[in-house]
Amino acid sequence: MVKYFSCTGVLKSTWDQVCIAFWQRYPNPYSNHVLTEDIIFREVTPNNCLISRRLMTKTSRAPRWMERYLPKHMASSAYIIEDSIVDPQKKTMTTLTWNISHARLMSVEERCRYQINPENGSWTEVTREAWISSGVYGLTRAIQEFGLARFKKSVTKTMKGFEYVLAKMQGETPSRTLAETATERARETALAAKEKAKDLASHAHKKQYV
Amino acid sequence: MNSVGEACTDLKRDYDQCFNRWFAEKFLKGDRSGDPCTETFRKYQLCVQKAIKEKDIPVDGVEFMGPNKDKPES
Repeated sequence: MVKYFSCTGVLKSTWDQVCIAFWQRYPNPYSNHVLTEDIIFREVTPNNCLISRRLMTKTSRAPRWMERYLPKHMASSAYIIEDSIVDPQKKTMTTLTWNISHARLMSVEERCRYQINPENGSWTEVTREAWISSGVYGLTRAIQEFGLARFKKSVTKTMKGFEYVLAKMQGETPSRTLAETATERARETALAAKEKAKDLASHAHKKQYV
Repeated sequence: MNSVGEACTDLKRDYDQCFNRWFAEKFLKGDRSGDPCTETFRKYQLCVQKAIKEKDIPVDGVEFMGPNKDKPES
């Protein structure tokens, strides 16, 4: 049983600009969860398409009730692969992104298509599809719901990240204000403190049974 | 942005700079005159592939666009 999700968005920049930004999107203020990024394969095909494979490490950000099902050493970060094909003749880019760790716990596969917006030739249309599944007996639905909710949030961050990078490339002042950054930092600090408190509480609780 | 191999970040930066220039100025404009980044790519790959092995990252045998095979055309 797989949860499917799809959405379409627009980036108000040309397809060329979007492809250029695609390779420069990290880091950005919305990508604090992306720890490392590497191109691990790249080739120009005989019909002049660029195929690439990018490996990323991301923080796992799973809720405590899910992390219980992970072996200790896997809890903190996840490995993700992104394969892409850029066709400069057809002006299309297709990407496929999926996690190669934690996959039995939850598997998220995302396919995106970037093409010229049919209504405005200077804009780019982004069509996004995701398939979310889990193999944990008895928790499949809960994990898929969590996965879908987090995916939708991450789509917003992805598009904001893109817009930020595009604005910077085009010499504009990116619209993320200092106030927004401060609010997000405060929220992240509060969340980290809450997690730490939960951690300490659960250790204290465990100690009682030892 | 950091590389997964701590020692590779500088090599990655050198390669990225070369690639970004070639991508915007040649590749996207249909200029097929060849890739000026093969040397920086080679050095970067030597480093990062070693780091991948050392950290046991399961990238081997993963087919290009593998998960796309069982999905309908959008």
